[in-house]
Amino acid sequence: MKRFRFNQQEIVFAVFALLFLVFSIFLSGFLTADNMLTLLQNVAVLGILGLAMAIVVIGRGIDISLIAALAVPPGLVLQMVQNGHSLPFSLLVAVLLTIAFGLVNGWLIAYAEVPSLFATLATGLLLAGLGQAVLFQLDVVQWSPGMNGFERLGQGTILGIPTSIWMFAIACIVVAFLLRQTRWGAYIYAIGDNPYAARVTGIPSRPIIVLQYVITALIGCFAGLVLAASVNSMPTRIFNSTLIYDVILVVVLGGIGLSGGRGGVLNVIIGTLLIGTMLNGMTIMDISYAGQNLIKGVVLLLAVITDSFLNPRNEETAQQGDI
Amino acid sequence: MRDTITSLRYRYWPDHLLGEILSKRWTETAIPVILLLIVGFAFSRSIDNFLSPASLADTARQAGEIGFIALGLALVVIVGGIDLSVGSIFALTDFCALYLLDVLGWPVPAVVVATLLCGAMLGAVNGILVGYLRLRAFITTLITLIIYRSAYDLLIQRYSNAIASAFPDIPSWDFIGAGSVFGIPTVALAYIVIAIFGHIFMTRLRPGWHITAIGGSRRSAYNSGIPVRRTIALCYVASGVLTSVGALFFASRLGTVGGDIGVGLEVIVLTATVLGGITLGGGKGSVAKSAVGVLIVLLITNGLTTMNARGGVNRMALAGILLVAAMVDIRWQKNRTRIISKVYVAPTYHELPPPPPTEIGQGGPFEQNDKLRVVEAIGLGRIEAPEDVILDRHDNLYAGSRHGDIMRFLAPDYQKMEVFAHIGGQPLGMAFDREDNLYVCIGGMGLYRIKPEGTVEKATDETNRSMRSVNDDSRLRLADDLDITDDGLIFFSEATVRYEMDEWPIDGLEARGNGRIISYDTKTGTTRTELRGLKFPNGICVASDGQSILFAETFGCSIKRYWFAGAKKGAVEIVMDNLPGYPDNINLASDGNYWLALVGMRSPSLDLAWKMPGFRRRMAKRVPVDEWLFPNINTGCVVKFNEQGKIVESFWDLHGENHPMITSMREHRGYLYLGGILNNRIGRYKLDNADPNFVQYDKRWGKQS
Repeated sequence: MKRFRFNQQEIVFAVFALLFLVFSIFLSGFLTADNMLTLLQNVAVLGILGLAMAIVVIGRGIDISLIAALAVPPGLVLQMVQNGHSLPFSLLVAVLLTIAFGLVNGWLIAYAEVPSLFATLATGLLLAGLGQAVLFQLDVVQWSPGMNGFERLGQGTILGIPTSIWMFAIACIVVAFLLRQTRWGAYIYAIGDNPYAARVTGIPSRPIIVLQYVITALIGCFAGLVLAASVNSMPTRIFNSTLIYDVILVVVLGGIGLSGGRGGVLNVIIGTLLIGTMLNGMTIMDISYAGQNLIKGVVLLLAVITDSFLNPRNEETAQQGDI
Repeated sequence: MRDTITSLRYRYWPDHLLGEILSKRWTETAIPVILLLIVGFAFSRSIDNFLSPASLADTARQAGEIGFIALGLALVVIVGGIDLSVGSIFALTDFCALYLLDVLGWPVPAVVVATLLCGAMLGAVNGILVGYLRLRAFITTLITLIIYRSAYDLLIQRYSNAIASAFPDIPSWDFIGAGSVFGIPTVALAYIVIAIFGHIFMTRLRPGWHITAIGGSRRSAYNSGIPVRRTIALCYVASGVLTSVGALFFASRLGTVGGDIGVGLEVIVLTATVLGGITLGGGKGSVAKSAVGVLIVLLITNGLTTMNARGGVNRMALAGILLVAAMVDIRWQKNRTRIISKVYVAPTYHELPPPPPTEIGQGGPFEQNDKLRVVEAIGLGRIEAPEDVILDRHDNLYAGSRHGDIMRFLAPDYQKMEVFAHIGGQPLGMAFDREDNLYVCIGGMGLYRIKPEGTVEKATDETNRSMRSVNDDSRLRLADDLDITDDGLIFFSEATVRYEMDEWPIDGLEARGNGRIISYDTKTGTTRTELRGLKFPNGICVASDGQSILFAETFGCSIKRYWFAGAKKGAVEIVMDNLPGYPDNINLASDGNYWLALVGMRSPSLDLAWKMPGFRRRMAKRVPVDEWLFPNINTGCVVKFNEQGKIVESFWDLHGENHPMITSMREHRGYLYLGGILNNRIGRYKLDNADPNFVQYDKRWGKQS
């Protein structure tokens, strides 16, 4: 007889369904078309970021600098267009900046062997500081006429579904293809599962790690463009917010273990739905920003504790000083 | 001309110091200190009043507050974790102190105690999660950072007005914040006291050692019975308490609960910690490093603020420094031994004239022959590495072995072999004193004495440390050979002070005078260094005049005489130089001459390489060790020389079957006994025209006519 076992994504999905049901019944204004649209819009950016984070977490890393990649290059696009450069040229510069940033992250982690949490914590500060000190004139970079047409990336609907949702879907397909259908994707899983074994079998683990961080930064930049298009500006102070914890929450709750090598796009979608519903519900309940953070923090802590029980750290491959 | 310049450059430029300095543990603290001096100097030149007393006092107050937090973080990092929540704990405990004082009106001592308790509890949450539940420190404290911060935000929404409107006028509270003793701010004074205690705690007390051990290797610490989980948890508690101490001083100084208190503090403290040289991942760090790191970071941030840099610049500077420091530290820790082993070998210029001929038909005293072909083997395959051999008056044969034993072969047939004494290190040169004690030089250990019944005693294992040496040269690394004067003074050679026993060929590659001759007075038990800067001093023999010793410099290819008494006391003169091989042990012969073993013969290639230090340095850096050009020690001979340094006779094993490699020989009752450090046998060669009653040390001590 087959034993019936829940796996994590089923549990999380059940929790999401329950939460959705409870909110629908007890929260007035939750189950309305307007709110659903807002929920999905908010969730889209978070979901795209979750996909970016998922790639590095599967490869046994983490990228705290994701929000900097979300804020600074798209902000640069807006700023450059404001200053009179053409949109394609600005986009090109922003993409190059993002790639350079991803390369720095990847190099630090793969070649200089700085722990990923630590390296990205510092590079995130570095990029945000660069934006604050050199690139931007104001904290919120405003939309300018040169950007006209670009807002369709984040606003409006296609076939009745908000564009940002389409963007999330496209990102999902691209990442799923990358992870499941290409050799690089298989390498990322192998490195995440056991970096030493991956290296011994001849996988070019260092270039693959660099690639992970470049792709992550690019997806982060894409999320930033979608965000900027949907709100018609780039609030660069978003770097100081707790958005990064939401992203980690999405990934960890979705069932992508922090010890790497597990999970996929589906986990991100489930995690995004749960967090999106939770955040939306809390906003409707009018919980203060600090209160929301407190709740998110506690949930994240519980998720990490659960993760450490479900995916215990492997004493054989965990490195000494792996903080 | 070129050779002259090369020789002068290598004589006066101390190449060997770089490797020795790098292998010192204090270099890791010295680098941040130098950085601190540079930063301090740069800012004091570019900013007016940077070093004025008022500015310094202000810096000291900030440094004290941040210093406490950095101490806590240092503890956590040394134990192998990290604590990012310090900024939020700082804010929460700051709130706690001010709330208790301003709103609830508690007395100051109670406020202090309660705040410290609050810090301890907040730290304990981290401690339980990371220590007992074994979560990842980085992600866990990142989460508690956000939780504590939100709690703080919620609290100040309610109470900030009450706190802002209160103006407590309590002298003791003000003294904590703004007071000073002898011009030193209270906080700095408190920091100094705690730092000194912290230093003693980490270096002298058992819990401190436990912390370092866990950071160094968690599993080994667990296996050796250290309570790993509890210790880790307590480190986080200590971090919370120390942070709350910093917060107390901050609260009493400023008395505010602004929204941005403690925001980004963890990055500042982390930068200070890493910059000070406390290794991420644990196991290495000290209070001094933490203090130096805090000072550097504060000087930089204050300097930038004074120069009106934009907020982003400050942030970038901190992040950049943090990254560079972490990178340097990680690379250094990973490659430290490799870098040191690359730069440690520092060859020098060593020129020898072309050697005298040894080939058959060329004539000369070293002409090869096949006399040693008839040598009979004792203990064949049963003894390993008998560097030196010696016989007592009952004809028993003693020899050292690689396994750390002195073996004894019993007369008359030398078939029965027994362990005479177990020492534990490789026995090298041996000599009997007047009371039949056997003195032995033990490589890596020092000079030992073995009583006739076989008990082992240490004679000496250290000498006076020379002030000009970077390496600690007080310990004896490679005591090699010895002889005893009539006054009971033991002269023994130490081949090198830069390498261990197993690395001695590298000293030959360096060809620097790294060795020395040391005397040990058996009457007073004192040890002192007699001669320094010798090129691998090896064999030692008290000369027939009783006032001088003959000693061999293996890589100097020479025999020298050193007067320890008489009219020429202290003088050194050359007896023989430019030998065709590398001289090893020297011993008395029955006819008043001396026996000398040549352990290996010189080769033109190494002679040339010795004149090219740059070549040998490149070789040491780029080629694996087993491909290096080492002195040849696979063939050698025994020669007999007289008091004037003239070779009388030579003995070779032409076919290299029996005794190609000889480190020592001892004449005894008409036979010559041969030892070799790479041999698995002891040789016995019948001498013609030798005194059939000659027993070396009986003759020395006048027990035999």
